Amino acid sequence: MRNTQSTQLLSELSHAGRKAVRLPACDVPEVSLEQLLPKSVLAEQPPQLPELAEPDIVRHYTNLSTLNMSVDTHFYPLGSCTMKYNPKRNERLASLPGMIDLHPYQPEDSLQGMLQLLFELQGFLAEISGLPAVSLQPAAGAHGELTALMAAAAYYKSIGEERTVVLTPDSAHGTNPASAHMAGFKTITVKSSEDGSVNMDDFKSKLNEQVAVFMITNPSTLGLFDGQMKEIADLVHSHGGLIYLDGANMNAVLGVTRPGDFGADMMHFNPHKTFSGPHGGGGPGAGPICVTEKLGEFLPSPVVVKDGDTYRLDNDRPHSIGRVRSFFGNVGVLVRAYCYIISHGPDGLRSVSENAVLNANYLASKVKHFLPIPKGDRCMHEFVASAAKLKAERGITAMDIAKRLLDYGYHSPTVYFPMTVPEAIMVEPTETESKATLDAFVETLFRITEEPADLLHDAPHTTPISRPNEVQAARKPCLRSPMCGS
Amino acid sequence: MPYTFNTPDDQREMLESIGVSSIEELFAQIPEDLQLDRPLDLPPAMGELELTQHMSRLASRNDSTQDKVCFLGGGSYDHFVPAVVDSLASRGEFYTSYTPYQPEVSQGNLQAMFEYQTLICELTGMDVSNASLYDGGSALAEAVIMSMSATKRTKKVVVLGTVHPEYRSILETYFIALGTEVVTLPITEGTVDLAEVEEAVDDETACLVVQSPNFFGCLEDVQQLSEIAHQHKSLLVMSYDPISLGLLKRPGDLGADIAVAEGQSLGTPMSYGGPYLGIMSCKSSFMRRMPGRIVGETVDRRGKQCWVLTLQTREQHIRREKATSNICTNQGLFALRASIYLACMGPEGMQDVGKLCAQKSHYAMKEITSLDRFELVYDRPFFKEFVIRDKQNQVAELLAESSDSGFFAGVPLGTWFEDMQDCLLVTVTEKRTRQEIDALVKTFALSNTPAATIHA
Repeated sequence: MRNTQSTQLLSELSHAGRKAVRLPACDVPEVSLEQLLPKSVLAEQPPQLPELAEPDIVRHYTNLSTLNMSVDTHFYPLGSCTMKYNPKRNERLASLPGMIDLHPYQPEDSLQGMLQLLFELQGFLAEISGLPAVSLQPAAGAHGELTALMAAAAYYKSIGEERTVVLTPDSAHGTNPASAHMAGFKTITVKSSEDGSVNMDDFKSKLNEQVAVFMITNPSTLGLFDGQMKEIADLVHSHGGLIYLDGANMNAVLGVTRPGDFGADMMHFNPHKTFSGPHGGGGPGAGPICVTEKLGEFLPSPVVVKDGDTYRLDNDRPHSIGRVRSFFGNVGVLVRAYCYIISHGPDGLRSVSENAVLNANYLASKVKHFLPIPKGDRCMHEFVASAAKLKAERGITAMDIAKRLLDYGYHSPTVYFPMTVPEAIMVEPTETESKATLDAFVETLFRITEEPADLLHDAPHTTPISRPNEVQAARKPCLRSPMCGS
Repeated sequence: MPYTFNTPDDQREMLESIGVSSIEELFAQIPEDLQLDRPLDLPPAMGELELTQHMSRLASRNDSTQDKVCFLGGGSYDHFVPAVVDSLASRGEFYTSYTPYQPEVSQGNLQAMFEYQTLICELTGMDVSNASLYDGGSALAEAVIMSMSATKRTKKVVVLGTVHPEYRSILETYFIALGTEVVTLPITEGTVDLAEVEEAVDDETACLVVQSPNFFGCLEDVQQLSEIAHQHKSLLVMSYDPISLGLLKRPGDLGADIAVAEGQSLGTPMSYGGPYLGIMSCKSSFMRRMPGRIVGETVDRRGKQCWVLTLQTREQHIRREKATSNICTNQGLFALRASIYLACMGPEGMQDVGKLCAQKSHYAMKEITSLDRFELVYDRPFFKEFVIRDKQNQVAELLAESSDSGFFAGVPLGTWFEDMQDCLLVTVTEKRTRQEIDALVKTFALSNTPAATIHA
């Protein structure tokens, strides 16, 4: 139960002389510090961290946790984020000492279980994507995008071509153009048609021999599968370009279709979405990438290989772009993904997507009666409704609806994305919600659209805080205590 | 299926409401020739018990640092983690929530991140911190990107050869393809010759990249280096070990402009290399060039103190290709762990950990180098790790024998440095006892037998 007394900051709780940790006395012959280290490098005093007793800390963070909505406690239909249930077994198994207490520079013969797991996971992802070469190194989806684009740049260099352009649809995640920019490409935006698919005329007008990569999200951020996919891929390939598939929406198509089969040359997975890694309040994720055979040699090093019965890291990859992250990558997230895939098997994974798509379509079939879903009657794992009509008629915005949902105990859908839909409300229920939950959500959403506009403008009313003043936060940044107010 | 609800009856009812007769029909948008006409070729599903047995089998094929005493370092460290850290960070309200897009229902995460930023600023002596990045290596690359944008110099960066070789490799991957010259200065006696630094840094240089304690454990003369950088209006980017700051001067006190670190040692398990925590803090003038999430304080409509994600116009979801970085998430859970860890340690705890690392590592160094077979390679001030040379040049055999005796004795530096095939990086944290150190030394002493040379 939420404790309304507990909003102090750690620094305010601090009380000189309190201690939570007692370390052992030094058991080696002690030498004065000045003999070990020159005085010039020693701090005059330790950092002025708060002084707290263990119960202070436990109560503080436990109470803080109760101010969060989470998947464990609430329906969290945050579009594009795939907030599915995070299995407890995966947490336990990823925390086995033989999984978690491993140093990255242990000798390989002491890591055969871990290397086997990672080797098998490379194979699972290759099979699910239809793209045979895999790097588990990138630390997040956006990091995977960047890595794949660097590999693409290396590929073009190797064949002596200079290509400078990356195409992204106007509905793409912001990470796509940002990653392209970081990899040294210029981005050109391709328009979407009314139905959310790629506008072929616009696309064709922008496709030429300068285009290195077309980054496409399919199913798109509108939750629609672009049926022109094959044609798009063929066109890009015929101009010597590559297709990058943003795998954010893989939860819709596991075992149904494979990016490698519909023309993608490169893609990333978001194991924290598709394969249930907990989102951790904003990370860690992971961003493993899968690419075609011909691009494989450019992937980061190392990768795990199997020689006979032995697993080892292969660093001898002369065409590799090098490293994008220290050590092996976000292994803990990958271990959870491995557990998730094995928990489901081939039929189970397909059933995940079937139920994700069923839940989304069911929800859409109810919602569309009071909130229009402008692009398409059917959807994949998510849909984008619009509050534009409500706004025009009654001044109620997508933000109002999002905030009011919080009062009823639902996390808000993603709002104002994609930017191609006005007053967008992007709903992704995932497969781990029941029909009863979806029915109750629809009922609440409908009730909200009937509520007085003023009530909604002021929402939320029952949450720990009301709407914060974000303009003030940005204009007068206060990013730490106690400098605030100074 | 283990985590879904829909029974066949539910599914029927739902399909009816949608107006289709089968689930397959829902996938009709996907052209038939693009649909997979076979099941995925994956192992059959396992229930929880089978999976547990399977994972336990895999885990048993690894030797963990609970099986063998860990003297490994080089960027990932076996430090003590209080139970409180695991207990609190494993609360579902923390680890199953997401980026706090809805501040009204995310004050727990937001306040925790604000406190994290505060703790990091105090720890590093810098003005502002972001809410974390992926890891120490990619954080360093992000710091270089920031330097380029702040100095408007994109042609050249200068990196000390004593920076972690994997971090340097990341810098090369990120920047060489873009046409930036990454000048790596050679290693001289565990550091870099200041005269060479002076020669390399010029008015085209975006930043000078320094790690201290460096990859070999030695402390760099950061103050001098920052003066050299600043003479050319270049920035000083410093990578540090957060655990060392209970004892050593802080990056902010040494003139660093941007300070980054691998935050794993603050309460995160080694986990075969990740997920970890990229820590970044900087001088306030670079605040708006920082990548990643940043939390700021404000008030709600009723005037109540609260926290939100702020300065978002830097970020990719708004600025797209003009963003400061493509980074979308932070490492929220590990920033949380680091905060809880720092709250547990307090000033005295951090100082104690620092002292124990320094005392024990120096003791281990003395004991190991008292054996004729070994010598200290760099006789320079170090904090918790040091390089020894095996005069018999049998590092692989030595490590194998140590492993058989229950030790991960050190990191062989020949992995990265051709001329260091006979060198070993040995790390001693506060967790190592005198008994363990003495036993390692004994193993080293015993391995110096004719039997050992048979493999050679």
